[in-house]
Amino acid sequence: MNITAEERAYMERYRKHKWLLSKCFSVLCLAAMLSCLGILLLLLGSVLYRGMHYLDWQFIEGLPSRNAEKAGMWVYLIGSLWLIGLTALFSVPLGVGAALYLEEYAADTRWKRAVQVNIANLAGVPSIVYGLLGLGVFAWALNLGHSILAGALTLTLVVLPIVILATQEALRSVPGSIRQASYALGATRWQTTWRQVLPAATPGIMTGVILAISRALGEAAPLVAMGAVQYVDRAPDSIWSTFTALPLAIFEWAGRAQPEFHDLSAAAIVVLLAVLITLNMGAALVRYRFGKHIRW
Amino acid sequence: MVERLQRFGSLALVLSMGLAITGCRRPSSGADVQVDGSSTVYPITEAVAEEIRDAFPDIRVTVAKSGTGGGMKKFGKGEIDICDASREIKSGEAEVCKENGITYDHFMVAYDGIAVCVNPQNDWCDTLTVEQLKDIFKLDSPIKTWKDLNEAWPDEEIKLYGPGADSGTYDSFNEQVLGKGTKIRTGYTQSEEDNVLVNGIAQEKYALGYFGFAYYVENESDLKVLAVDPGDGNPIKPTMETIREKTYAPLSRPLFIYVNLDSFKEPKVQQFVKFYLDHTAALSKEVGYVPVAEEIAIENQDKFSKLTSGGSEETESSEEASEPNA
Repeated sequence: MNITAEERAYMERYRKHKWLLSKCFSVLCLAAMLSCLGILLLLLGSVLYRGMHYLDWQFIEGLPSRNAEKAGMWVYLIGSLWLIGLTALFSVPLGVGAALYLEEYAADTRWKRAVQVNIANLAGVPSIVYGLLGLGVFAWALNLGHSILAGALTLTLVVLPIVILATQEALRSVPGSIRQASYALGATRWQTTWRQVLPAATPGIMTGVILAISRALGEAAPLVAMGAVQYVDRAPDSIWSTFTALPLAIFEWAGRAQPEFHDLSAAAIVVLLAVLITLNMGAALVRYRFGKHIRW
Repeated sequence: MVERLQRFGSLALVLSMGLAITGCRRPSSGADVQVDGSSTVYPITEAVAEEIRDAFPDIRVTVAKSGTGGGMKKFGKGEIDICDASREIKSGEAEVCKENGITYDHFMVAYDGIAVCVNPQNDWCDTLTVEQLKDIFKLDSPIKTWKDLNEAWPDEEIKLYGPGADSGTYDSFNEQVLGKGTKIRTGYTQSEEDNVLVNGIAQEKYALGYFGFAYYVENESDLKVLAVDPGDGNPIKPTMETIREKTYAPLSRPLFIYVNLDSFKEPKVQQFVKFYLDHTAALSKEVGYVPVAEEIAIENQDKFSKLTSGGSEETESSEEASEPNA
C-alpha cells in the first residue's frame, strides 16, 4: 500500500495531536490530585498551627472551663469513646448478622432486592434525620432519656447501613469455590459460614466497621438533635449518664466570643484527627494480620 | 416450615427481650442538676457550674443550650430542673407546664444589652435612632445605602448582619425595635453563630449589624459600637452602667433562670440555685453581662428563703418580672 506524503503528514499531525491530548489529560489529573492534596495540607497546616500551642496533657485531661487556659477536653473525649464503643457493640453484631443473612441465606427474591435497595438508600440519609428519629424513639418512646445509651443507639442507626454494605461486599469477595469445597466435604451451611467464609471476609468487614466507627466519631448533628449537652462537669460513668462528645467541643469552642477558644477548637480538631488516624491504622493492621492467613 | 417458624419465634423472643430491657424504668442520669435553655444565658450558667464543681464536688451539673424555646419545651416535660431564659416564659409554655403539673419560679440573674455595631473604619456614623434602625430592618425597607440614611454619608450599600430566627436576641430586637406587627426584612446575613456576625462586620467597611453585648466586649478592637437614640434626641452607648441603669433603652433585657419547684425540693438543686444567686453578680460581669441591681439581688434572696421555708404556695409571682423595663 502506498501512502502519499499528504497522508503521512496527516498521520503525523494526528499522532502529535493524540500525544498532546494524552499529555493534557495527565496534567489535568495531576492538577486535580494536587489541589485536593493542597486543600488538605492547608487545612491540616492551619489547624496544627493554631491548635499546637494548646496541645498538652493538661488540655487532654482538663475539665470544661470558661477560661481557655484551663479548659480541657477530657469529658468530651471520654464521652466520644463511650459512644463509639457502644456503637461498635451494637452495630457489629446487627450489621454483620444482617449482611450474613442477606448474602448467605436469603434467596434472591423481590423482597430481598427491595431490602437491599432500601439499605443502600438508608446509607445516604442525612444523619440529622437519624438524630430526630433517635430523639423520638430512644429518648422519648423507649424512655432512655438523653443518655449515652440513647446516643449510641442513634449513632448505630447512622452507621448500620454502612456496616451492612461493607460486610456484604466483603462476603461477596470470598470466592464461591471456597463454599463449594466446604459443602463438598460435608460441612453444613453454619460450619461453612462460621469457619470458612467469615474468617476469609474478616479483613474486609473490619475495614468497613472501622470506617463506620470513624464516621460515628465525627458526627455532631444527630447527637445535638437527640439531646447531647454542651457542658458536663465530669466524664460519664454509666450508659445512663448525660453526655457530650468531641465534635460538640469543636463546635462549641469555635462559636465562643473569645478568640483563644478558636485556637482551642483547632486543638480539639487535632485530637479528633489523632483518634481517627489511630482507628484507621488499627484497621490497616487488622487487615494485614488477617490477610496473611488467607491463601487461595 | 416448622424450622422457619422456630427461627422467627426465637427472633421475636430476642426482640421482645430487648424491648423489655429498654422499656423498664431508667436509672438516674447521674446528674443532680440538669440545665438547658437560652444560649445567651449559657455562659453565666456554665461559669456557675464550673465554680460549683470546685466548691461542692458532689453536685453534678449538666448544661445544654437548646435556646429559650427549646429549653422551655424540655422544662414543660419535666426533663430538666432549670431552664435558662433570655425572655419571660410565654403563655403557651406556661400552659404546658400547668397541664403537666409542673410548678416553677424564676430569678432574674443578669442583664444583657444588644449592641449595634459597625466597622471601625466607619467614620461617618456614630448614632442611629430606633426609628432609623426600624427603617433599616423592616420588611421591604427603602434604605439600601448609607446615603439613604443621611445625605452626607457614602453612597454605598449597607451590608447587614444579624442573628438567626432561633436566637433570643433576634426576638428581642424585633420586639423592641420593630414592634408588634412589623415584619423583619429578608436578604441579609443571618447567623446563629455570633462570631460570623462579628467577623463579617470587622471585615466589611460598609457593614452594620447587631448581637449580644458580650460579643462586642470580647471584640472591642475590631468593632465600633453605635449609640442608640430612643427618640428623645439623647443617644446612649451600651456600657455596663447604661445597661444596668436601663438608660440604654430599648435594647437591653433581663435574663432569667426558671426553676422547677419539684426539683427544688432536692437539697442539691437548692444548693445550686443558692450558689447561682450568690455568685451571679461577679460571674455575669466576668463573662460580659451586666449584673442585676442591688435591690433585685436582695429580692432574689428573699424569694429564695421564702421558697426554702416551704412557702411554695404560689406557683408563679410575676409582679417583679415585668419590672426591669418599667
